[in-house]
Amino acid sequence: MAKIKGDIVINTERCKGCEVCLAACPFTVIAMSKEVNSKGYHFAMKVNGECTGCTNCALVCPDGVITVYRAKVTTE
Amino acid sequence: MIMEDTFAKTEIHKPENIVYKKTDLMVDRPLSYCPGCGHGTAHRMLMEVIEEMNIQDKTIGVSPVGCSVLAYDFLNIDMLGAAHGRAPALATAIKRMWPNHFVFTYQGDGDLAAIGTAETIHACNRGENITIIFINNGIYGMTGGQMAPTTLPGMRSSTSPYGRDVATMGHPLKITELVAHLPGVYYVTRQAVHTPNHVRKTKKALRKAFELQKENKGLSFIEIVSNCNSGWKMTPVQSNKWMEDNMFPFYQLGDIKVDGKLVEKKEIAGKE
Amino acid sequence: MGELKLMKGNEAVAEAAIRAGCDGYFGYPITPQSEVMEYLMAEKPFERTGMVVLQAESEVAAINMLYGGAGTGKMVMTSSSSPGISLMQEGISYMAGAELPALIVNIVRGGPGLGTIQPSQADYFQAVKGGGHGDYKLLVLAPASVQEMCDHVKLGFDKAYQYRTPVMILSDGAIGQMMEKVVLFDQIPRRTDEEVIAQCPWASNGRPQTRNHNIITSLDLDPAGQERVNLKLQAKYKLMEQHEVLYEEIQCEDAEYLFVAFGLSARICQKAIDLARAKGIKVGLFRPITLFPFPVTEVSNVGNRVKGILVVEMNAGQMIEDVKLSVGCKVKIEHFGRFGGIIPSPDEVVRALEQKIIGG
Repeated sequence: MAKIKGDIVINTERCKGCEVCLAACPFTVIAMSKEVNSKGYHFAMKVNGECTGCTNCALVCPDGVITVYRAKVTTE
Repeated sequence: MIMEDTFAKTEIHKPENIVYKKTDLMVDRPLSYCPGCGHGTAHRMLMEVIEEMNIQDKTIGVSPVGCSVLAYDFLNIDMLGAAHGRAPALATAIKRMWPNHFVFTYQGDGDLAAIGTAETIHACNRGENITIIFINNGIYGMTGGQMAPTTLPGMRSSTSPYGRDVATMGHPLKITELVAHLPGVYYVTRQAVHTPNHVRKTKKALRKAFELQKENKGLSFIEIVSNCNSGWKMTPVQSNKWMEDNMFPFYQLGDIKVDGKLVEKKEIAGKE
Repeated sequence: MGELKLMKGNEAVAEAAIRAGCDGYFGYPITPQSEVMEYLMAEKPFERTGMVVLQAESEVAAINMLYGGAGTGKMVMTSSSSPGISLMQEGISYMAGAELPALIVNIVRGGPGLGTIQPSQADYFQAVKGGGHGDYKLLVLAPASVQEMCDHVKLGFDKAYQYRTPVMILSDGAIGQMMEKVVLFDQIPRRTDEEVIAQCPWASNGRPQTRNHNIITSLDLDPAGQERVNLKLQAKYKLMEQHEVLYEEIQCEDAEYLFVAFGLSARICQKAIDLARAKGIKVGLFRPITLFPFPVTEVSNVGNRVKGILVVEMNAGQMIEDVKLSVGCKVKIEHFGRFGGIIPSPDEVVRALEQKIIGG
């Protein structure tokens, strides 16, 4: 059976940890990391598989660090 | 990192499946802005519009003095950095010299509504066929959070530490409503970039402004009410909430002038 | 070759701008230079050559329009008079820092403050020592006739582009207002957009796929980078000093005394020479035409052959500092000036020579 599946890739080195994307995500896909990147920011990361590729997080990210993918995938 | 690997379907990460990525018209370098600052999003929407219209070779931008003084380092198009407040004067001459090019200014509230008031109003009044993008966060960000012409009554800043007293410090200036009354101004709107829906609307407004430039309709003026979490002394998420609760009631979002006609009833900002 | 006309100095500037192929004039009315924009608006160069003429809301706006136009490679100019030029100093400094070519005409009037509308040379320091903030110089031309008002427009644009620098014509209310015959040079076609792009690869006029984006700015937050900018500017000024000095010597061959004067003062000195020589005083005139670069060696060569030098200026003594620095201290150097809009008479100049130099 085919369904729409999304995914995000976060450039964690460029993320400044502002958390604006968290509020924008309708499926709580994003949370903040415990560790920090080389600039000292806790960065956004994907924490579950609920992403639909809606692009909301990427749209509001001031630093444009989120790339969004969407595709029809076959589930077993 | 482990979580990412667990959930990511590797077959999804193909170029043809990309539905959103930062446009190549943004220079690939870290932005100088604070975490959560709306400038980055405003920059990106502007560049997306220019990319979609395929006018990067015919667009000349003017950056201001303020936090976005280095905008020319991030926008991968030809740019000029203006003296404080003078961007509309530069843009006037650029457009007159290159009438078939697309010319915009990108200015903050101190730049556009205080030191550059004369240049702003007269460029608007001449109906220069340019686009003015006005980022209003009610504060001087770069110099350390001083009171701006747009600082709200009672709002604290480093030069109004007990809150803006309108009796001695004057009232916040709604310059956007003011220029909307000038006959040379064709399109005026006030938008925001803190939620996905607002970002989409801002991009539409920017697209409209550049399309109008193509049609030589006159000046387009797009205000983006934005946050300054550093200046406001809040977290980015708190600042966006504060902006909705305090800035939007005073600076109401929505179209103010469309097709050269003032909009009668303004759309009141709802929380989204 | 050339069309002979009777014109005001201000009108000659305007006509020369059209003929030089200027792309845009941006100005604000101020006496005694308003005829420049009036002439342009009446002459409609937008129909003759496609040149843009725009009345700005202030001198501040006008100079920043120059910054904008020049930053795209277009040939732009403004004109004003002392108080207006003071307002423009911010923009001039930015243009020097961003290395933008443009022509600024200053029809000087008496100051300080609102001063008077009568002619003066009191803005010498402001013109040749920078004027605004930061270490920069303008190439400064000092016409002494309506003919030179015309010729210096073309020369000024040439040098502005050669060095990527703002150039100032430092004239005064008398030369701006007086009528003389002038031979106008033939129309030079305005450059096409393609020619502008080819001539100014540094300019911000739309980024093609083939190059990186151009940025016009005077900002470099890195001190090492800003020092490099300054060193580059200083090297440019050094080149101007080596190659761009212009001056005129009048009756200097047998001179025992010397007037040094520029612009209108130099014309008065020419008459003073006649009066003095009739009295048996052998005096000559050294006239700097470029005030920056100053003719240091040249004035020193002449100055060190004479018994005394009178620097005649319509100010309280400004160029005399450069004359003293150039000539040194072996020769007596004095200043004679009238100010506040008063033009000295040739008689007064001769008397000053007799009292301050010969008898002094």
